[in-house]
Order: sequence, then structure tokens, then C-alpha cells
Amino acid sequence: MSKIMEGLKYSESHEWVKVEGDVAVVGVSDFAQKEMGDITYVDMPEVDDEVTAGEEFGALESVKASSELIAPVSGTVVEVNSELEDTPEKVNEDAYGAWIIKVKMSDPAELDALMDAVAYKAAIGE
Amino acid sequence: MKYYDKLVFELSQEGRTGFSLPVNKYPAAPEVPAALRRESALNLPQVSEPDVVRHYTNLSQMNFGVDTGFYPLGSCTMKYNPKINEEIAAMPGFGGLHPLMEDSLVPGARKVYEEMNKALAAITGMHAFTFDPCAGAHGELTGLMIMRQYHLNRGDLARTKVIVPDSAHGTNPASAAVAGLEVVEVKSLENGRIDVEALKPLLGPDIAGIMMTNPNTLGLFETQIEEIAALVHGVGGLLYYDGANMNPLMGVVRPGDMGFDIMHLNLHKTFSTPHGGGGPGSGPVGVAKHLEGCIPAIKVSGFHGNFGVILRAYAYILSLGKDHLQKVGQFSVLGANYIKECLKDKYKLPIEGVCKHEFVFDGLINDGAHDDVPGATTLDVAKRLLDYGFHAPTIYFPLLFHQALMIEPTETESKETLDAFIEVMRKIADEAAQDPMILHDAPHNTPISRPDETTAARNPILKFQDTL
Amino acid sequence: MAQLPYLPQTEADVQAMLARIGVNKLEDLYSDVPAQFLHKGAYALPDALSEQEIRDYFASLEAMNARLKVFVGQGAYDHYTPSVIPYLCSRSEFLTAYTPYQCEISQGTLRYIFEYQSMMCELTGLDVSNASMYDGPTAAAEAMKMAIACARKKTRVLLSATLLPNVIAVVKTYAKFHGVEIGMIEADGGQTSLSALQAELAKDDVAGVIVPSVNRYGIVEDHSGFADAIHAEKGILVEYCDPSALAVVKTPAEWGADVAVGDGQPLGLPLCYGGPYVGFMTVKKEHMRKMPGRIVGQTTDKEGRRVFVLTLQAREQHIKREKATSNICSNESLMALWVTVYLSLMGPEGMKQVNKLSADGAHYLKAELLKTGQFEDVFPDKPFLKEFVLKYKGTGLKERLEKAGFFAALDTEEGYVSFCVTEKRTKEEIDRLVAAVKEG
Repeated sequence: MSKIMEGLKYSESHEWVKVEGDVAVVGVSDFAQKEMGDITYVDMPEVDDEVTAGEEFGALESVKASSELIAPVSGTVVEVNSELEDTPEKVNEDAYGAWIIKVKMSDPAELDALMDAVAYKAAIGE
Repeated sequence: MKYYDKLVFELSQEGRTGFSLPVNKYPAAPEVPAALRRESALNLPQVSEPDVVRHYTNLSQMNFGVDTGFYPLGSCTMKYNPKINEEIAAMPGFGGLHPLMEDSLVPGARKVYEEMNKALAAITGMHAFTFDPCAGAHGELTGLMIMRQYHLNRGDLARTKVIVPDSAHGTNPASAAVAGLEVVEVKSLENGRIDVEALKPLLGPDIAGIMMTNPNTLGLFETQIEEIAALVHGVGGLLYYDGANMNPLMGVVRPGDMGFDIMHLNLHKTFSTPHGGGGPGSGPVGVAKHLEGCIPAIKVSGFHGNFGVILRAYAYILSLGKDHLQKVGQFSVLGANYIKECLKDKYKLPIEGVCKHEFVFDGLINDGAHDDVPGATTLDVAKRLLDYGFHAPTIYFPLLFHQALMIEPTETESKETLDAFIEVMRKIADEAAQDPMILHDAPHNTPISRPDETTAARNPILKFQDTL
Repeated sequence: MAQLPYLPQTEADVQAMLARIGVNKLEDLYSDVPAQFLHKGAYALPDALSEQEIRDYFASLEAMNARLKVFVGQGAYDHYTPSVIPYLCSRSEFLTAYTPYQCEISQGTLRYIFEYQSMMCELTGLDVSNASMYDGPTAAAEAMKMAIACARKKTRVLLSATLLPNVIAVVKTYAKFHGVEIGMIEADGGQTSLSALQAELAKDDVAGVIVPSVNRYGIVEDHSGFADAIHAEKGILVEYCDPSALAVVKTPAEWGADVAVGDGQPLGLPLCYGGPYVGFMTVKKEHMRKMPGRIVGQTTDKEGRRVFVLTLQAREQHIKREKATSNICSNESLMALWVTVYLSLMGPEGMKQVNKLSADGAHYLKAELLKTGQFEDVFPDKPFLKEFVLKYKGTGLKERLEKAGFFAALDTEEGYVSFCVTEKRTKEEIDRLVAAVKEG
């Protein structure tokens, strides 16, 4: 059973969003990190990069696989979790604590297209 | 195999030499000016010749090769590497030729290229070959460049996409991306073949062509190839053949006759040249007549391709001649079907029916999962095979099947070897059903056990200097 | 017909297997192939040759080729190959081994690759090496693609006009299809011009620059100021090198380069009419994830032993597919073993001596040629090692030297003649070559 945190928004591609004013904090769900197995590298954008909802902004890598990270909202990257450069395993250890990027949203209405915890739980069939 | 843990740097002692160079009889030339001179020390190992020989000999004894045992690796065609080929490749009258010597100085070398061209054309039904590419993926890239050049020559700038089946080897879409083409995936049916109905809506004036192999990566002959060729040609596209799976067609079917316009061959697969631990290979590209003019503009390697590999392949072709070519194809298919029939009661066979030179199992029928013990995976089966002295088959490819195990026995394996492999695979299946932990912990009998690949990727140590 | 000894199947074996499969004859195994594709009749190939006939035939082809003393370089160098190397590289556990994906039975391959990576880093001074590429020119093309991948929105790569012609041709081919614009940096006085580079950089769309450490004229280039100028524009500096010369000339790391590429052929690989050679690439640590090709890393196994594995595979084509920075799969592994054994035997002292013998020989040849009065020195005050160019005042020099048994005086695009001397050549051979020049 994967952990699902209340109060977050979820995308179909297993990213979560925590809204802090006009900034979206983005990470991946417990289900996603379980699917990946041991994460060996998190390919992240740079501060000031633009991200677009529905498009790739990075990747999670394991020994044998690579999985795209899809932006749940559009905007400008204002912070990147540099801890993950040296310790990508933090995503495995605590998927909801290990945020990946923080995005200043250009269109907060995009949040409405995301699922809440209940809908996400149903979506992953648990 | 014995565990030998030294690295050559660890055999080094200041002042040891392992080389023998002549005395310098020249007047001393001026030194390189200080500003252009190397400053840092050159910390290469200082080792004597006997120690170098012993070191690499010991290293070699931790390695498995075709000469050691069976490699049932699907899509790799690990056939026997004839030793006469090595003798030919080492002849000094070839080894001493500088690549910039003009043709009139090296008619013997040029003749090898001309005759290989004729021989490969005869075997494949293509019209002309370029020998520049140094590997299969390199050949794919070259072939796709030729495809693009063909359309550019026609003044057609709209051909920006290439269709690739979802069962394709990773080099196919990667080569397409390097060649500047956008990849459009076409789905496979449940029977593993290209879904022609799914192909039709993808075709249009932006399609440069389709990149596929036949038999496909599941070892199944694409029975609809005539229709696929007509559809792609119908929209002005070209057909590219990935020749990695050429072995079962040797002496039986020619890609050129099936409508393919461009293809590459892997000399280090179908044509018996040794794998060398990962290379060198050679990936000659053949084209139909109307594409021959596109070749000269495309320069993909420094000189004339891997001549040493081409020499070996030509010696092999001369040993086959017209007389033995067909047996290569037929016996490779015979062995694959035999293993399939003998193991399909223990391993899941997702697609029934006659296969070509290789086939895919989708994991164990009974993986022994119970209580908290997870079932044995394809990886576990592969590692347990190492304990019995066999190299594992190809695992987790093609991606269509999650526990894929792809087996290709090649025509140079005796029935006794195939039977021994079948017996071990049956034994492993029974072990899994009884107690999957035996497999989870495998291998037990190799010089080393399963490596910690996660740490290797998280904290990479990629050179000896990192460990000092 | 001559027998083929590679097929173990007897008639009894074939019948037993057919019976187990449940078919009557071998042709039934192709029942899934539409009949019109089954080839009818014999293939247009000669009759099978026996092994001795194969030997005889290739001996006749070998005899057709000229046997000349090689005094030309231009990307392929006739350096001495220690006898140990072909002996070790022909060991079948190395020669007939597959790619080391199953590391438990491939520690031999993985360890020599790790040693190779270490040695290439030592020669170039950079942090990470891959497990080899096809050759120098394609390694340069891969560096060009890497520059674009690192560069974010820049689409131009600059090449020095003093790179070897075949390097330029291959990079341009890859660039054309990959959608990369190539700009050329002019030469000035026989080497890449810093001011020409600065002028091109000022156009502000340069992802990377590829310049030769020792160039097509044999000249050791001065790249002072290059790295600063390129880094100021956020581009990457790629040094194209002869790895043998790196024992004595400034390394890419010392020039501040981000990437080093080149061909390992000068490290004892035979000329072999152009291949197999071995491309190398080393990079600064920060570019590691964008580097193409296989990489071997050190780790431990379950019992804590030191072991080696292919690592960082998530960069490669079998995982990233069309998103990989390269399509490379097979490399030149066995030739990397060749290089590793060569460098193990040579060590730092051997490498210095190889360069000294070659350079002293080349300077001697050049001086003697100039004394004949038949040549003009094109770049009289530029430093060189084993290779140099001159202007020949007459014609037909190359053909005359061929008749005297030498492959020398190769014509270059610029109308010069090119010479190269390695430690395999002797003073006596040089004196005979000069005598042949004087006779004309």
C-alpha cells in the first residue's frame, strides 16, 4: 500500500503539488518511488527555467530505468532541491518530504485539473 | 573462474619498465616550448612485461566467452568465431596498410571491398554497400541519413518523421533522433507483429520511412511485410531493415526481395566476427539501386570503416560459399524452435507458433511466490544460469513483456549443448517452484556475487585515481 | 563441396529435433514466410572454399598490396606495437566475450575497461572517461552533440580549420542531419586563430568549440585564452588530441577544456587500412551525465568484494531510447584493451621516449629535406613533434618516393606535402628517403 498524503494535489503521472501562495512545490508520490525502485539520480531543471503543464521537466533514474517527470503546472522554476543531487535516495525514503522543484505558477487555474488525495487513491487502484 | 583482484596500477613500482625501444641516433630536436609542455606528472603504471602478461592473463580467466560456453543471447547471434578469420586479419600485408594510400597501391585491399560488396548484395538482394559504419547502431544512423538525403535530393523537406515499432531495439529510436528524425511509434498486435491497421493512420507526406526488422525482435516473421511495404512506398516513404536479425534469413530469404530499400548488417553478429567484449563491430549499409547516389555525401567514419572486421567477415563468407549459406539460416531456426518446444511447459510462451532464430518467454509459469517470499524473476533465472556455466539469455527486452527472456541458440551449437541448456533451464524452473530464494541469492558459483549497482550509480567511482 | 566445420548437426540430430518440434522437414520451419519471398535457386556466390584455399586466396590479395615504409600520419600513425599486445588480445576469453552486462562472469572485460578509463583520464587530465567509441572523428561528432545537449538553446558549434580534414567531414555530416550549424575558425600562421575564435564567439550562439591539440600540419597549438573566451560565452571547449603526444604537450585539462576526444590508434594499434581504431572521450565531472558511451564503475558485491559493473546506464539508448544523447551501443572494447596493455607496458618513461624518438626523427628528416633545396618551410617557427608540412618546389614527389619504397609526401588540401616520422622508422631509412629525393 502506498502512502497518500492529504492536502496535496496529484497528477496522472504521479507528481504531487503543495500550494504555498502562488508557488507550487512539486515532488513525486510514494507510489511513483516504489515503482522506480532505488533512485540513483534526479535530473532537474535550473532556476529560472520555464516549465509547461503536461510537458517533461526532468527525469528520475534508477539502475535500469528512466522515468520522465511531467510538470503538473506551468510557470518559472524558483528553487531546485539541490540535496537531491548528492542524495537522490531521499525521494525513496520520504517521497512527500523530498520536494524536487518549486514553481511560481503562471496560471493557478491549472490546479483544478489535478486530483485530490481521494481521487488519486482511486486512480492508482488502491 | 578464480577471483583475481589486482588492477594494473597496483602492480606499479617506480622505475620498472615493460618496453623496448631502440637507441636514439638522431641529433636532439628542440624541446616543446615550456608554455606548451605538459605540466602534470603522467602517472601511468610502471610494470615489467612478465607482470603485464600475468595480470591480463589472470583477468581473462574471470571472463566468459563463446569459446568458453553457450551464450543464448537473443538478438546478439553469438555464433562461433572461426580462427582462420583471425589468421587472415593478422596478415602483415593488410595490417601495414596506411588508410590514405591511394587505390593503386592497395589493389588487394580494394578487392576485398569490391568482392564483399558483391557477396553481401547477393546474400541480401540489395544493390550496393558502404562499409564506413563501425557498428550496427552506426549503420542504422548512416541508413537513416541516406533516407533523409534521398528525400532532400527530391526537394521534399516535409519528411521529418520515421515510424518505429514499439518492439524495436533502443538503438532504433536513438539513431532516428541523432539523424534528426522524429520517432512515431506503431503498436504491435498481441501476436507480436506490427498492427497494420494501426500503421495506416500514421502514414502521410511527413513520413520519411519505416524502420523495422524481419523477423522482428520477438523472433517472429512479419507475415504482412508485403502489405507494409506497399503502404509505406505508397506514401513515398522508404523501408529500412535492421539487419540484426538476418541470421535466420541466410540462404533462405533476401531483405531486398521483401521491398526493403536500405539495410544494415552486423558483421559481428551474422557474419561471425568476434564481439571483443563489446566491439569492434562493423555495420555495412546496403541500398537499392535508386539510392546509390546518396552514399558518397555521407561520411560517418574517419577512413574506410573497420577493415580488420571486414576481412574476417569475408573469410567467413568464402567458407560458406553458395553451398553452406542456407544451412546457417535453417539450423539457427531449427535450434530455436527445438528449445522453445522443450521448455514451454515450464516458462510462459506468450506467442505460439513457429518462430525464427529466437523467441521470447515471459518469465516462469510457476515463480514460487508464497507468503512474504517474492516469486523468482527473469533476473533471478539469469543469475542462476551463471551457476550452471551458461551465460544468461537476453533479459527484459523487448519491453512488450515484463519478464522477457529472449533465447537465440545460433547454428553453431550442437544438440548436446541445447539439451544441456534445456535440462538446466528445467532444473532452475523446478528450483524456483520449490524455493525461489535459491534464485534470489544467485549466482553462488561465480568469482563474484551480485553487485551493488545502486551505490555504483549513486556514488560513481569511475577511475583508479578516485580510489586513492 | 569443401566442408564447413562450424555446423555440429548430424542428420540424426536434425531429424530428432524436427520430430520434437513436430514438423517433417527444415523447410516447414519457414511456413510463416510468404512463398514468393523464399529464394529459389542458388545464390550468386562462389563455391565454398576450404580453409587452406582461403589462406591461399588472401595471400594472393595480400601480395597485390605495396609494402612501403610509412612516412605519413594525418590521423593514422605507424607506431611500434609491442609483441605482448596481440598475444594477450587474442585470448579467447577477451576476444569472444560479449558486452559485460552480466558482470559476474565478465570481470575481466570490466576491469580492463576501468583501467583504460583511468589511463585516458591520466593522459588528458580530465575526470571521467567512457569505455571507448568508434574512432576519433566520430568521437568529435559525439562531442559536438554533447555541446548542444549541454548548451541550452544554442545551435552552433565551431570547428578549427586546422583539424584533420576527415574529422571536419565527419562532424559536418553528423551536424547536417542533427540540425546543428557549423562555423569554421580560420587559421593564422599555421594554427587556430584566437582573434577569429573571438569574432565567432561574439555572435553569441556558440554551444561548443572543437580545436586540435596538435593540428593537421603537425603543429603543437597554443590555446592560451581559448577556455576563458569560450567559457565567458557559456560554451564548452573540446580539445581534439593525439593521446600519444599528451605525454609531452599541455593536456586538455591544463588548457581548461571541458571535453577531450581523439583516436587511440597511435597507442600501438596497427594501421590496418583505417580500422578498427578506437575513439576516446574524457570530460570534466560536471558533464558526466551528458557523456555518451558505456562507463564502468567500481562497487562491492554481497560479500564485500571489490567488483566492477557497467554503470550510469540510464544515459544510454537501451533505456533513454530517442532521448539518449547518443545511439552508440557497440564500441571498440577490444581495441581499448589493446591501448590499456600498451600504456601498461610503456608507462610514463616509454611514452616520453616514443615521443622523443619520433620528434627527433621528424626534425632530422625536415632539416635534411630542407638542405636539398627542393622545399620551402611553410611554418618555420612553429613547434612540432613527429609530423610536419613543407612546400615542394617540383611535382611528382610522392610517386618517386613510392618507387623507392616509401609512402611519404602526402599532398594536403593546401598544396603542401606532409611527412611523419615515428620510432619505427630508422635513421638509415630517413637517409635513404632523402637520397631518393635528391635523385629527382
